[in-house]
Amino acid sequence: MAKLEIKNLNKTYTPKVIPVKNVNLTVEDGEFLTLLGPSGCGKSTILRLIAGLEEPTRGQVLIGEKDVTGVRPGDRNIAMVFQSYALYPHLTVYDNIASGLKLKKTPSQEIKQRVAEAASVLGLEDLMNRKPGQMSGGQRQRVALARALVRRPDVFLLDEPLSNLDALLREKVRAEIKQLFAEQKVPVVYVTHDQTEAMTLSSKVAVLNKGDVQQLDAPERIYNNPANVFVAGFVGSPQMNLLTLLCQGRYAMLGDFRIPIPDMQTPPNSIVLGIRPENVTLAESEDRNTIKGRIFLVENLGMHYLISVRVAGSEKEEIIVRALVPIHQKWSGEEITLALPNESIHWFDVQTGDAIVKSSIASQLV
Amino acid sequence: MTVITQERPKKEIKISWKKIFLFIAIILVLLFCLAPVLWQLLTSFKVNEDISAVPTVYFPTRFTLAHYIELFDRRPFLRYIFNSAFVSITSTLLALAIGAPAAYTLARLNIRGERPILASVLIVTLFPGILLFLGLLEIIQKLGLANNYLALIIPYTAINLPLTILVLRSFFEQLPKDLEDAAKVDGYNTWQMLIQILLPMTVPALVTTGILTFIAAWNEFIFALTFMTQENMKTIPVAAAQLGGASAFEIPYGPIAAATVLGTLPLVLLVLFFQRKIVQGLTAGAVKG
Repeated sequence: MAKLEIKNLNKTYTPKVIPVKNVNLTVEDGEFLTLLGPSGCGKSTILRLIAGLEEPTRGQVLIGEKDVTGVRPGDRNIAMVFQSYALYPHLTVYDNIASGLKLKKTPSQEIKQRVAEAASVLGLEDLMNRKPGQMSGGQRQRVALARALVRRPDVFLLDEPLSNLDALLREKVRAEIKQLFAEQKVPVVYVTHDQTEAMTLSSKVAVLNKGDVQQLDAPERIYNNPANVFVAGFVGSPQMNLLTLLCQGRYAMLGDFRIPIPDMQTPPNSIVLGIRPENVTLAESEDRNTIKGRIFLVENLGMHYLISVRVAGSEKEEIIVRALVPIHQKWSGEEITLALPNESIHWFDVQTGDAIVKSSIASQLV
Repeated sequence: MTVITQERPKKEIKISWKKIFLFIAIILVLLFCLAPVLWQLLTSFKVNEDISAVPTVYFPTRFTLAHYIELFDRRPFLRYIFNSAFVSITSTLLALAIGAPAAYTLARLNIRGERPILASVLIVTLFPGILLFLGLLEIIQKLGLANNYLALIIPYTAINLPLTILVLRSFFEQLPKDLEDAAKVDGYNTWQMLIQILLPMTVPALVTTGILTFIAAWNEFIFALTFMTQENMKTIPVAAAQLGGASAFEIPYGPIAAATVLGTLPLVLLVLFFQRKIVQGLTAGAVKG
């Protein structure tokens, strides 16, 4: 079994196009690492660098302590699942799954046995003689997974394998992938721009932006303790409220309302306040950080209403707070009072965008 | 319902006028293209009196195979067919065998000077082949290749290579890149990938370019006339053109027509056969389809 390590990986096309700047990652056996980021953040390039489909400008890729940076993709003992499935259209399902083993001159008896095993895991027994053109998207996806599994590789690489499936099927296959790869005791690297996939599947998430790792953490921590404004804004749907506020002493001014900021040596001029819409609640009498405002948009999301509120006293520079209100809660009129619980507020530096301090500490200081 | 049926006739008349016009146009085009072929076909089965009869006998009532029998009896026509077939098939296969790797290289391997190479390939296709003729004649004399199949195979292959390369290259560029990446990860090297994964998917393009090359080689006249002087090395077009009558004053219309039919038949069969073989959408299913 093998650990996957990436050291100082850099890929430079031209001085201005640098999809991967300086990435260090380690994926242990049985770990499921998701590379999450918007399109163009370099996540697919990192995967292709690991696979050996691209050559890095600098840096190393190590599989099981062995430097494979200059090794051909076929000799790295990796398996990759592509977004487009990339099945060989002229070969049957059986031959598609077996092709990698045949090239490695595996004894034919063993090939048969391993293909049968992989096929039964993915429920493909009845499709073995079909060609890819005669199958549905979900079935093709399974064949692509079987083709990866049967290789028994040192590392699995998955490049947005679910993005071509429709929403319902995606959820089903997602659950299957989770179970499937939980049994594989090797590193798995999964690329996606879908945060739900990242949250549900991974044991570790690397959020990427512009070729750099923004935060590498467990999914819970990515969600609850975002390291900077980018991570805070990218992960979570509906998006976190991110408000740049002026400060007066130890308070940030949210329209007419004062929110205490964490203790700092020199109180800043302005600060970024972040709070997830689901943490903003309809205010009750005992709540402390309350703000008033006027609702200008209500969106029904089924389980929740997403309401957009223009904060009172922010006429010069409009401040909008969005709140997720459970469907059974009612409010009256357009004027509304919302509570921003201290423990759910994230503070970020205006200049660097980095998180300032855990909001739970801030609440103790108040 | 009644309202609808009342409104419809007007529309139908409009459509049918258009249809009638189209139909007539199609018939005219067909006549224009096929009448000479039909004329040759009919002539090849006519008896000699009907061929020279005045007024012209358009549709004969008496049929004979004498002209065909004469071709095979008095001349080595089987040999001509073999010559043509051998030269054409060999140069077609050679053009594909050389052209496919070249096309793939130009399409995917990102080599230096790709554009100049492509441009020069394109320029070669613009060059009139007949200008090569005298030079080639010299070369063939020097190398002593006269009356050798190579004298035809080499020029035919060379002349058809640019087309093969250009068509196959554009086809390779259409193939999904992911497939090649998947093949690389599976452990195929470039050569194995080309032979085992890409070429099977390229069959429609291979067949198309192959047929074009084959037809060009099969019909070629000038090179075949000049480089092959021995009777048993001649190809069909040359042999058909050199068919002589019993005397200098007799033009053997019948045998010429028969030779034309025999020379065309393989091409017709070939196209009909492969038309079915060209499975459309062979690539469907490789990626999301």
